[in-house]
Amino acid sequence: MTDITSEKAGPGRSRSTTELVRQGLARRNRKQKLLQGFGIAAILFALSMLLVLVGSLLSTGYPAFTQTHLRLEVFVDPDKVDPDKLKRGKYEEMLAASLGAYFPDVDMSSRTASREVTQLLSSGAEFNLRDRVMADASLIGKTITIKVPASDNFDQLNKGLIKRDTPEENRRLDDAEIARFDTLDAAGVISTPLNTTLITSADSRFPELAGLKGALVGSFWALLVCFVVSFPLGIGAAIYLEEFAPKNRLSDIIEININNLAAVPSVVFGLLALAVFLNWFGMPRSAPIVGGLTLALMTLPTIIIATRAALKAVPPSIREAALGVGASKQQVVFHHVLPLAMPGILTGTIIGLAQALGETAPLLLIGMNAFITSAPTTPFDSATALPTQIFIWADSPERGFVSRTSAAILVLLTFLIMMNATAIYLRSKFERKW
Amino acid sequence: MFGTPEPWKIEAAERLVRYSRIADWLLVALVAIAATILLWLARRSVSEQFRARQGTERIVLGLMVFCASAAIFVTIGIVFALTFETIKFFQIVPVTEFLFGTSWEPQIPIREDQVAAEGAFGAIPVFLGTIVISAVALFVAVPVGLMTAIYLNEFAPHRVRKAVKPVLEILAGVPTVVYGFFAVLTVAPAIRQFAASIGVDVAPNTALAAGGVMGIMLIPFISSFADDALSAVPRSLRDGALALGATRGEMMLNVLFPAAIPGIVGGVLLAVSRAIGETMIVVMAAGLIAKMTINPLDSVTAVTVQIVTLLIGDTSFDNPKTLSAFALGMMLFLATLIINVFALRIVRKYREIYD
Repeated sequence: MTDITSEKAGPGRSRSTTELVRQGLARRNRKQKLLQGFGIAAILFALSMLLVLVGSLLSTGYPAFTQTHLRLEVFVDPDKVDPDKLKRGKYEEMLAASLGAYFPDVDMSSRTASREVTQLLSSGAEFNLRDRVMADASLIGKTITIKVPASDNFDQLNKGLIKRDTPEENRRLDDAEIARFDTLDAAGVISTPLNTTLITSADSRFPELAGLKGALVGSFWALLVCFVVSFPLGIGAAIYLEEFAPKNRLSDIIEININNLAAVPSVVFGLLALAVFLNWFGMPRSAPIVGGLTLALMTLPTIIIATRAALKAVPPSIREAALGVGASKQQVVFHHVLPLAMPGILTGTIIGLAQALGETAPLLLIGMNAFITSAPTTPFDSATALPTQIFIWADSPERGFVSRTSAAILVLLTFLIMMNATAIYLRSKFERKW
Repeated sequence: MFGTPEPWKIEAAERLVRYSRIADWLLVALVAIAATILLWLARRSVSEQFRARQGTERIVLGLMVFCASAAIFVTIGIVFALTFETIKFFQIVPVTEFLFGTSWEPQIPIREDQVAAEGAFGAIPVFLGTIVISAVALFVAVPVGLMTAIYLNEFAPHRVRKAVKPVLEILAGVPTVVYGFFAVLTVAPAIRQFAASIGVDVAPNTALAAGGVMGIMLIPFISSFADDALSAVPRSLRDGALALGATRGEMMLNVLFPAAIPGIVGGVLLAVSRAIGETMIVVMAAGLIAKMTINPLDSVTAVTVQIVTLLIGDTSFDNPKTLSAFALGMMLFLATLIINVFALRIVRKYREIYD
């Protein structure tokens, strides 16, 4: 009623309200557009950062997947190796002799001149030759073809990471060294095959010899220990809390406790492991078993929370039907609810393990950043893990380690993507809508 | 090659072999006897009245209670380990010096006669560094995260939302050591170059690099919390606002957003606790020397950096240098715990209101 009267009272006012709204509408819509624009800008910023991250890793990492090699004809000189002491042979001299053939003007008998030429080779080259000869002693006295890694600087030169057009005094290789490399290149000695060393050997002081095998094996052991400890503990805890626990203060405390544990900084778990596992229990330093236990403590809350969610998703009708035909409460859970919840539990577990694989800080505190040149054979040996290896390499001053760090990160990310893809596949394949 | 051992050694070795052979046989005999006894006991208990399931179920229940309390043991372990070492530290360095001192030089002489700094354990500059880096991180993450959430929640077409959300989650799944390397390799040089081009001098390990990269890591964290909070606002509020003639933008800013504030604050608080506990990014990209500064262009250190650098390498548990790491860890644990409890309470309480 009042509306009608007021409209009657002023016919002009109603128009002016519409007018007012219409006038303001453009401004208000512009404001909304602005808000949307901010939103899109924010998303673009986040996505572009992801792109820059991946792009910079790919662009710095891809050179490390190949390695410059020299193919040399080496005469295994019987004077320089005693068949009874193959390990002590003067393999470096043999390599130098073979390399010297390409530089007739260099006097290889002079120590300094010879060293300038052998600089081309990685210091691991003689071990390649040694291993060949030790595997087959009949090679002594023959000329064999062998592929040995070039040293880091020449590797970088070959990949274009050391620019030829930088002034000589700012370059890490002088003109003479580059000329020597070019001589070999012209002779067809240089090749750049896939860098298998990256996967097949353990850490080394020399970038061209350093690989991830030790870290991969160490991470494997640590994750295995983590899984073996946290999976049963997590499932047991989740089943109890979800299906059996009486609703009392204690259950409440446990529940709050688990939620808080999930948010405790990872470095604090490292402190716990250092003080309890290493200092009080006297467990071995740098060992994957300690790393695995520490990671298990961190993964436990994740698995518990995921398992509880999966159990909750199983409809009550299943439980009631099983109870109805006379199953005990535990039979209901273990025969019916748990198998149905398994895909969800496994998905949560894999995601938890993927997090554990990328975790670095607690492993640093228990010493899994040691310099170890052989892969561990048991979980009790000293070892590194993938993320700690990345940390070690990122801290190394040699230029060659920059690209190797990126390559190691790409390997780590590949594993994470594979694990998460498995989790997503499991979820989509076995997820049921009730 | 090694010569023949003395007769007593041979005799001892023979005796050892004899004993271990006897032990082997004893083991076999014991197992056989035990198996017989247990078999007999088991056979005897099989009767119509025997309730096997009840016993098993009692054991299984016990195991599950043990599993559930494992989580409690972990917390107790953390609290005890930290408290124990922290008390040891405070017996050497007074609490007041640690909490209020403004000079942090944890290098102590290793040998008696070594000329080195006495060691100062005033943690204020370290705390300050953590605050500066976290502030930079939040300065990046909060606006970007909130804007992302607002757009995805209200304006984005369904297909965009479905595509963008998982891609953003990737940012949260990248290990922090990767972010640390990214900060050192790309972000810090970029910031330096940019600053040099406008004539500003920036430290090589500026707090901007570490904080900025940490902010990128926190974007999906904040955006998913804000998205959840916005989605939890009842539909009636949105519809009411739209029916009154508000544009969708006004509805978002004046109705949905204020209604979702508690949930968003909870999410931001959790992000704060993440930021102060974050380790690898700052270890790799921030400085080592504690400075009393709040200038983000400067190089600052952080609590977690000090913990890691103090404990990497040789650690003995009797000097203040090592123990101070535990004191810092205690502070970190307490701070994150308080923030987490507070944040979880806000988030939960707020959910209950609308449910």
